Amino acid sequence: MPRKSFRQALNEGLRLEMRRDPRIFVMGEDVAGGKGASGEQDAWGGAFGVTKGLLAEFGPERVRDTPITESAFVGAAAGAAMAGMRPVVEIMFVDFMGVCFDQIFNQAAKFRYMFGGKAVTPMVLRATFGAGTGSASQHSQALYPLFTHIPGLKVVVPSTPYDAKGLLIEAIRDDDPVIFLEHKAMYDDVGDVPDGAYVVPFGEAAVLRDGGDVTIVAFGRMVGRAMEAAARLARDGIEATVVDPRTTSPLDIDTIIETLEETGRLVIVDEAYPRCGMAADIAGIIAEEAFGLLKAPIRKVTPPHAPVPYAPELEAAYIPSVERIEAAVRGVVGWSR
Amino acid sequence: MSARITAIRMPRYGMTMTEGAVSGWLAEPGDAVAVGQDLLEVETTKITNVETAAAAGTLRRRVVERGGVVPVGALVGVIADPEVPEAEIDAFVAAHAAAPVAENGEAAGGPVESLVDLGAATIAIRRTPAASGADAAPVVLVHGFGGDGDNWLLVEPALADDRPVITLDLPGHGRSGTVCGDGSIATLAQVLLNLLVALGIPKVHLAGHSLGGAIALAAAATAPERVLSLSLVAPAGLGPGIDDGYIAGFLAADRRKELKDVLGRLFADPDAVERRMIDGVLRMKRQDGVPEALSAIAAANFPGGRQAIDLRPALAALALPVAVIWGDQDGIVDPANADGLPEAVAVSRLAGVGHMPQLERPAEVVRLVKAAIAAGGG
Repeated sequence: MPRKSFRQALNEGLRLEMRRDPRIFVMGEDVAGGKGASGEQDAWGGAFGVTKGLLAEFGPERVRDTPITESAFVGAAAGAAMAGMRPVVEIMFVDFMGVCFDQIFNQAAKFRYMFGGKAVTPMVLRATFGAGTGSASQHSQALYPLFTHIPGLKVVVPSTPYDAKGLLIEAIRDDDPVIFLEHKAMYDDVGDVPDGAYVVPFGEAAVLRDGGDVTIVAFGRMVGRAMEAAARLARDGIEATVVDPRTTSPLDIDTIIETLEETGRLVIVDEAYPRCGMAADIAGIIAEEAFGLLKAPIRKVTPPHAPVPYAPELEAAYIPSVERIEAAVRGVVGWSR
Repeated sequence: MSARITAIRMPRYGMTMTEGAVSGWLAEPGDAVAVGQDLLEVETTKITNVETAAAAGTLRRRVVERGGVVPVGALVGVIADPEVPEAEIDAFVAAHAAAPVAENGEAAGGPVESLVDLGAATIAIRRTPAASGADAAPVVLVHGFGGDGDNWLLVEPALADDRPVITLDLPGHGRSGTVCGDGSIATLAQVLLNLLVALGIPKVHLAGHSLGGAIALAAAATAPERVLSLSLVAPAGLGPGIDDGYIAGFLAADRRKELKDVLGRLFADPDAVERRMIDGVLRMKRQDGVPEALSAIAAANFPGGRQAIDLRPALAALALPVAVIWGDQDGIVDPANADGLPEAVAVSRLAGVGHMPQLERPAEVVRLVKAAIAAGGG
């Protein structure tokens, strides 16, 4: 199986889909050119290099640079999608989506519902998220819970190159607006990725490890940390099941419950803020739907309810660590009334 | 090193395996063990398997205990005669601990995957080099409907003792291309023969499972001069019946839960289906073009829930060693299809085994395939 980076996997997914369907185009800041590159075309491939090479193959009509006005180009994409195109929009940082919430929350997310199913909005909004690169409070947030909150949006948070490609192809083929979030510290992660086109369906969690003592649910970059914590715990005879839901909306709660039937203990690792985040959401659903399966209280491992710090030491302490996951698991495994 | 001492090493299942975990021992130190006796459970990210004893003697040492993870080829245990002194066993273990794993042999020449361009079809293969006997005629393993080369993971290492082993992914399966023509057994047999030509293999031992058994048999009938022996594991083509619920369910299932029930039909013990196997099949089915190719192959070979082709006459006409291996609990292709075959055909029925003998009873399948290979020579 060929080994590819997260970035390559996404680029390949975009390329294969653009070859298949001429209605697909990409749009965003520096996806075709590049700031400070003297007008050189395809200088960057977007701020993180994901669209590199698409301009040469598909031309400027289908690989379009935009001004720094997310409100305008996200609105344009929603309109294009309603009119029969299939835009894939790159927003440099998910933190910038705040300036186009009306276009996302109140327009794109509502079209299908308010037009009685007669309009669809096949639009993908790609953006980076996450802490760990010294990008400070305004460029480091894990805002997927905000979008998960809104009915009418689908929200994807891949954790491996394989899933990134398959989920992106699924997102492009989906007829609803999809928020597709890529952790900026994971673009160079490498994994097995087939050359051809394939899909990973929404709403199907990946179960990455089977163990009978505890279920660890994790998203995005936290999946790798959960796996590492599980490997360390296994040395002490504590066996963890690790579940990556892959999409926060729809959410595969069934698979989480299925694993709880065996483990009875739940730790949720989320890089998002603790209030109204995925950890809080899943803890609430499980408490309501599967209370009888629990042998111990649910434990959340999240950052504190505070902005992402810029100072490297503070940023490192802020992000959930392998040690904190391990400690949370030991806490629930050793819990007694 | 004393010839009376046998190393038990971490096996390699497939090319991506670099290390494995000992998930349990099935014998205690001091126990007498026979060849082929279940010895330890090995777990990888892909598969869990029971390794059997390669030599008779006493289990003298468990070098890696339950839960230990070691590289492929690493020493995990020692079998020796009871009279071998403890000091000699200690020295044997110490020598292995000191040597880099690659020098222990097994890790040196691992399997290699590649793609072979046959014009219309692109075929993925995996070649496992021979431990000894690199020039011996290779054995080529052909999987069944909906499977892939990984179906042979548990038998490849042992079959590669004395000759190269090649597994392939059929068109529309695994990592191969999805172009499969009319999908018929005759067409797929021609793809197999074209592959042998492309790989420069003049003489071959063929083994096929289920649909792959029918393909191997049809290939042998078309080009008997190329085939030294034929091992057919629960083959199609020897009777009209097939579990069409399985075929239809396999084609339709697109979620883990549905597929688990379908794949459970393959095994005598439905719980043998692990999540990793289910995820692997789903990944395959979610590739562009694969559902269409699988549907075409099913329609060509199992129309209306019956097998389209009868290869009994072709089998009767063959003048080469043929082994037929069948699980008596096979719910997909009726084991009674092994009745009434020509007398020269060596029929083995495995008790308590379903449709996947190479996964359910790998050591036994290796023994039977090796017997056919020995009869075929080369």
